[in-house]
Amino acid sequence: MIRVRFTYAKTEDLRYTSNLDVHRVWERALRRAKLPLAYSQGFNPQPRINQACPLPLGITSSCEILEAWFEEDLPLDQISCALTPSLPSGFKLLDISPIDMQAARVQTLVLSSSYRAQLLDTVNTEDLRHSIQLLLEAETLPMNRRGKHYDLRPLIENLSLETDENGKAQIRMRLSAREGATGRPEEVLKALGLDPSLARQERVELQLKEE
Amino acid sequence: MVLSNQEIKDRLERVLLSVEKPGRYVGGEYNQVVKPWDSVQTRMALLFPDIYDIGFPNLGLAILYEALNNRADTLAERAFCPWIDMEATMRQNGIPLYSLESKHALAEFDILGITLPYETLYTNALNALDLAGIPLHTADRDETHPLVIAGGQSCYNPEPMAPFIDAFVIGEGEEIIHEIIAAHQAWKASGASRQALLVQLASIWGVYIPSFYQPQYYADGTIQAIQPIHAAAPKRIRKRIVAKLPKPPTRLLVPSINIVHNRISVEIMRGCTRGCRFCHAGMVNRPVRERPVEEIVNAIEKAAEQTGFEEIALLSLSSSDYTKISELVSQVSQRFNQRHLKTSLPSLRIESFSIDLMEMLKDSRAGGFTLAPEAASDHMRSIINKPIASQQLLDTVRSIYSRGWTTIKLYFMIGHPSETLEDLQAIADLCKAVINEGRKAIGRRSKLNVGVSTFVPKPHTPFQWVATDRPAQIQEKQALLRRELREPGIKYNWTDPNATLFESWLSRGDRRTAEVIELAWRAGARFDAWDEHFNFTTWQAAFAQAGLDPDFYSHRQRGLDEIFPWDHIDPGVRKSFIKQDYQWSLEGKTRADCREQCYSCGILPVFANLRSENPGESWRCPEVSAPASDPAMQENQS
Repeated sequence: MIRVRFTYAKTEDLRYTSNLDVHRVWERALRRAKLPLAYSQGFNPQPRINQACPLPLGITSSCEILEAWFEEDLPLDQISCALTPSLPSGFKLLDISPIDMQAARVQTLVLSSSYRAQLLDTVNTEDLRHSIQLLLEAETLPMNRRGKHYDLRPLIENLSLETDENGKAQIRMRLSAREGATGRPEEVLKALGLDPSLARQERVELQLKEE
Repeated sequence: MVLSNQEIKDRLERVLLSVEKPGRYVGGEYNQVVKPWDSVQTRMALLFPDIYDIGFPNLGLAILYEALNNRADTLAERAFCPWIDMEATMRQNGIPLYSLESKHALAEFDILGITLPYETLYTNALNALDLAGIPLHTADRDETHPLVIAGGQSCYNPEPMAPFIDAFVIGEGEEIIHEIIAAHQAWKASGASRQALLVQLASIWGVYIPSFYQPQYYADGTIQAIQPIHAAAPKRIRKRIVAKLPKPPTRLLVPSINIVHNRISVEIMRGCTRGCRFCHAGMVNRPVRERPVEEIVNAIEKAAEQTGFEEIALLSLSSSDYTKISELVSQVSQRFNQRHLKTSLPSLRIESFSIDLMEMLKDSRAGGFTLAPEAASDHMRSIINKPIASQQLLDTVRSIYSRGWTTIKLYFMIGHPSETLEDLQAIADLCKAVINEGRKAIGRRSKLNVGVSTFVPKPHTPFQWVATDRPAQIQEKQALLRRELREPGIKYNWTDPNATLFESWLSRGDRRTAEVIELAWRAGARFDAWDEHFNFTTWQAAFAQAGLDPDFYSHRQRGLDEIFPWDHIDPGVRKSFIKQDYQWSLEGKTRADCREQCYSCGILPVFANLRSENPGESWRCPEVSAPASDPAMQENQS
């Protein structure tokens, strides 16, 4: 048996596919690739696949991580050759690496997650810079998400504004992504007074604990 | 001005995150086919007028999608109805109904094909036309609009949708679709009028052009005649069939979000030889044609490779009647159980052999064991022609419980003609006897789910003459069952009487009911199959506004010689046969499975040519020697 870590991009229409469904999309892709996916033991065997960190709906990513277990010890390039044509068009395989069978679950390794949000409409960058400043200076940022109260401020590790080559505003942020303490980029945008559905958001990096 | 597909994409990006389940509206699924828009002669949009989650797995859609996209000169793209929230968003932002593949507005396609499998989708179809910016009425469309065609099981009575559809396909679509494409291409090249296209289409066997016919009514509202008013229109439209089922589609689309059925569906057989008198599908899908075992297994193999799905469904109206069912199930289980593929096998006969079949399949015990006795008294069983002995049912359920299933699901139907309270008591008694068997076998773990639907008489069936029960009668019957089935271990489900009534108005509607549908839609009716959206009052008001009495359609016992609104549609089975079968039901006389004896329902003489060209096992009708002529075509062209 081997354990393999895939790094992949989630783009195009697949950004509207939720984490639960991403799991199934992967399962089917691995089956189409005829890779010997391992299944859990027990009454209702499930394929052994693990996603590192849930990605909110609508956000693309260039750094998704998923681990899978295979029954046979296959060379990695053989796995990626089989897998690439079997992936749907919104998934792109970026990297594949072997993982120690005994290593901790990948979900427990994630520390933080970086995002880039490109605003579809032009905004006053001075105002936005000011809002960011205020937000970073705040001691607490009480938020209410689906009836649950929490403090957004400690989840924000980093927040800045950049302009791209076309002069469009781009917000960059690094948010905590530890189990039980995960910041959502759209909540930050809302806190800045922006409409998250009018921003093209992308996850650009997952920071993992050194193993 | 129609928005370009790029404009539609841009507008979508700004709104998709504000609606529920945006994955419904973007396409991009594995195995989706996107051809360059300008690379083909004919562009066809396939619309299933329900939400994505429900329409996506439709097998008819998959068949046409693959067949059309296999043609180099044609592209086919899909469209579904947006859910309420997305519809509002689209209207607010001026986004027309578009295809999932390339995001082109439906109005830009050459042909729009609408699937109408059941009546509850009629208002959705109108809503889709409106959202697409295509005129609702065929009379208001011109050469710049797509040709709007419709097919599917409910089109065996096309009249309620007649004003909205340019051409109906009556029967099976696999071959006729290519003839329609050819006619459209020839017409497009000719630059002739839209009317000229309809004339061309009228000459294709199985096409019904409603605007070429005019119904006349007696003063009491019944039909006097439905006459062709155009020289190109045949007197009757015989349904289209394929003599041999073409290979099943295997490059099935794989959804990226969860939908109602995530599976490889393979139709193992079309039609049914049982002759249950309430069953529309059993009457209109004759003759029975089977696919060879090898073809089915190979198709599953190929589809499994191309989709990666985790489940297989072997579809037919009656699995147990597939001649080599045992061989099929054992091959499927041998090849796919080890690969973590689950198989579902619907419509099994009530006998212990069905348990043997289910035991071969992976994880089959997880879902419960489903049987459909439909009736519980011998009296009612002979009326509906589904004879099965209660003792045999009890023997079967006893083995089911003792062989590892804890849940049994039983389906019954109430509201059949001549139903008495004794027949209902028999349902309750039988259910209690079933759960008793369960308790004896496995104690309190045994569960019984009883689903009781209410019968709606359908066109072209032996019960097309009878009245639907009135709501008060239905409620009384349901109350009796509810009272009687209040037992530990039994769960009882029933259908809303108003939903039954609604289905009954439309299933035997005439051309005048089209106005009711339009009025109801204008008053907000859509998603009528959804309890939370179906509005009974809206429909009552629409009937009143149209000056029609809904009871005329639902609660009227028809005279034996009445001309029906669908009588010019010919399903191959003769009306005289259907009438005789109705009379037999009144006498309590049953008709055996027609594989045992041919009852001359009409199919064989009509399709004699096709049968003689396809001798042997694939048809379940008797063999014919060389027929004198081809009556299928002859009558159509007279």
